[in-house]
Amino acid sequence: MSTLIKGADLVGRGRGDVLVRDGRVVETGTVSAPAGASVVDADGLVLLPGLVDLHAHLREPGREDAETVLTGTRAAAKGGYTAVCAMANSYPVADTAGVVEQVAALGRAAAHADVQPLGAVSVGLAGERLAEIGAMADSAARVRMFSDDGHCVSDPRLMRRALEYVKTFGGLIAQHAEEPRLTEGAQMNEGAVSAELGLPGWPSVAEEAIVARDVLLAEYVGARIHFCHVSTARSVEIIGEAKARGVRVTAEVCPHHLLLTDERARTYDPVFKVNPPLRTADDVAALRGALAEGVVDAVATDHAPHPPQDKDCEWPAARPGMLGLETALSITVAALGGPDACDWDMVAERTSRAPARIAGLDAHGRDPEPGAEANFTLVDPARTWTVAPSELASRSRNTPYAGLELPVTVQATFLRGRATVLDGELAPVAPPAPRTRADAGLVAEEIE
Amino acid sequence: MKHLLTTEQLSRSEAELILDLTGRMASAVSGREIRKLPTLRGRTVVNLFYEDSTRTRTSFETAAKRLSADVVNFAAKASSVSKGESLKDTALTLQSMGADGVVIRHPASGAPQRLTEWVDGAVLNAGDGTHAHPTQALLDAYTMRERLGGIDGRTVAVVGDILHSRVARSNIWLLSKLGARVRLVGPPTLLPRAIEDWPVEISYDLDASLRDTDAIMLLRVQHERMHDAFFPTANEYARLYGLDERRLGLMPDHAIVMHPGPMNRGMEIAAAVADSPRATITEQVANGVWVRMAVLYLLLTNGEL
Repeated sequence: MSTLIKGADLVGRGRGDVLVRDGRVVETGTVSAPAGASVVDADGLVLLPGLVDLHAHLREPGREDAETVLTGTRAAAKGGYTAVCAMANSYPVADTAGVVEQVAALGRAAAHADVQPLGAVSVGLAGERLAEIGAMADSAARVRMFSDDGHCVSDPRLMRRALEYVKTFGGLIAQHAEEPRLTEGAQMNEGAVSAELGLPGWPSVAEEAIVARDVLLAEYVGARIHFCHVSTARSVEIIGEAKARGVRVTAEVCPHHLLLTDERARTYDPVFKVNPPLRTADDVAALRGALAEGVVDAVATDHAPHPPQDKDCEWPAARPGMLGLETALSITVAALGGPDACDWDMVAERTSRAPARIAGLDAHGRDPEPGAEANFTLVDPARTWTVAPSELASRSRNTPYAGLELPVTVQATFLRGRATVLDGELAPVAPPAPRTRADAGLVAEEIE
Repeated sequence: MKHLLTTEQLSRSEAELILDLTGRMASAVSGREIRKLPTLRGRTVVNLFYEDSTRTRTSFETAAKRLSADVVNFAAKASSVSKGESLKDTALTLQSMGADGVVIRHPASGAPQRLTEWVDGAVLNAGDGTHAHPTQALLDAYTMRERLGGIDGRTVAVVGDILHSRVARSNIWLLSKLGARVRLVGPPTLLPRAIEDWPVEISYDLDASLRDTDAIMLLRVQHERMHDAFFPTANEYARLYGLDERRLGLMPDHAIVMHPGPMNRGMEIAAAVADSPRATITEQVANGVWVRMAVLYLLLTNGEL
């Protein structure tokens, strides 16, 4: 079967058509529809390479009440993503070949986006002994990125060893930079607002001290390092200096750190509680600048679904984290100047090409050239939307943007030529056989 | 005024109204044979205490009973280890029982504000985490007004663990609003970061802060702070920041010594100072009842007589 996408803005290459057959791009330019092809009118739409998320918590196995691989990848597809990297802090932790293969298999069955599991750096994320990194790399899940995300690999010796060890297969460590002794009991950014609210502060230096240390470690052992969710002005300054020196360092920023500040904590509504915390307006400005300059390579969502009881409570009792997959593109575009002023090539670079390169996902992050896998996203730059938590595809509702009007909408997402989203709605995908009780419940709901 | 969550949210005239009403409560009840007013008859006030605080709970209970309200004490446990009923479910329970007012003490900063989203009745913050303790600040202000003849233009030193003190925070906003000069004194480890915009002066030197001080407010120092490297030893703290008789002598003759209680005698306050006539500690306790009567009255009747 073939699909012809007509008249899309092909970012940097003018307006054109893209013909897709058997999951791959066969022709671009001005193409007339072959017999039997389905035609998608993309007039006025921007065609981006399918978005790639370096950082999502899909919660399965273990917390299927918050999200499953199926619901999480549906949310991803709605957000324009064709590939999602799943963080290792599931229950059990993804610290063995068995768990990463399970997550990868769940992703294939869900069929809404490619799921690339990350492996844990340390057994049980405990920061003590290395997990079987080699076994995960050799497994069917082909893990290349390792992270204890949620926890910092704070022991400098373990971090050094991990950085060295992954060199054997060209892997990398994604560090959650947080010196734990400086953030014990921390609830929000340490600063003027935390002083007033009486919430224990998460000092920016707790992140920066680890970023500085690990840049030096990576440089010393000649390894690759990636920093998850950098959130402070000083962090990106340190990363920028390291890049200028030639250190093999990459970094991601989360949409919420590009838009929201710690002022939100004044509501004491834990929907704004996240780790690293929302920082100051100066940090937001510095992160936007670093993203535009490329000091920060990629936007990553840190999509962190939580069930209502973990947010419907007093702030210190709440779990940190917020949804991100369905809103990330809109917020990235807003942070890069809005739909009219932003450079769409830069949007493609930061949300798709760069994260695909970092994660080693060769089939993703590619512009529509003949032969490339047809993974892409059609975006309506002129159409705004209002975030309604009840309408999100995620199983959870903890979005910090409820009621907010955001720029740009994802009109369609194609994974290997098959639409996962069409006309802004999830496209009917042949439902995979229920594999878990949670998914069985979801399928039953849909049949109703 | 629907709730009382912080002193920051009070306007100067609202604060003055509460202090004036406090005086009226004191004179209305003092000297009476039956020390009770019928004002809140038929209303229910729930004391929802997630921290043990016999002093504050008893003060609120006494205040509510002197206004003839029905008082229900709801002792709850807030422990991250033994997860009990959630605050929201407790709130919905109280809501169903028809509480007209909920007095809440909670170890989590912001818990009273969350509670206002789940109950219709008035919420009165009796201390939340390290955030606010508005009735303590109001009773302190009332005590100063009584003893110093006013607050405007007076200098108040707040000494000790500002970082962890809801009493300090509430006093800073209230006293500065009422025209006082507020000076925070303590080691840098016990002062919050980024408070340049607060309406306060900051000093690390207690001796140098005493000569022009009209009132000194000593904060309770938790012994466990010592183990967290906020200061080296209790002795060193007492030497640098404890109010002893020598330091009392450095203050003007009219200056008063305040403490929200419970005191660590020998630590932040020497026993002789605590027992001196300059200390207002027991007056503060007595004034606490009048202040809480005034606030309960305002919140539960919307100020209508």
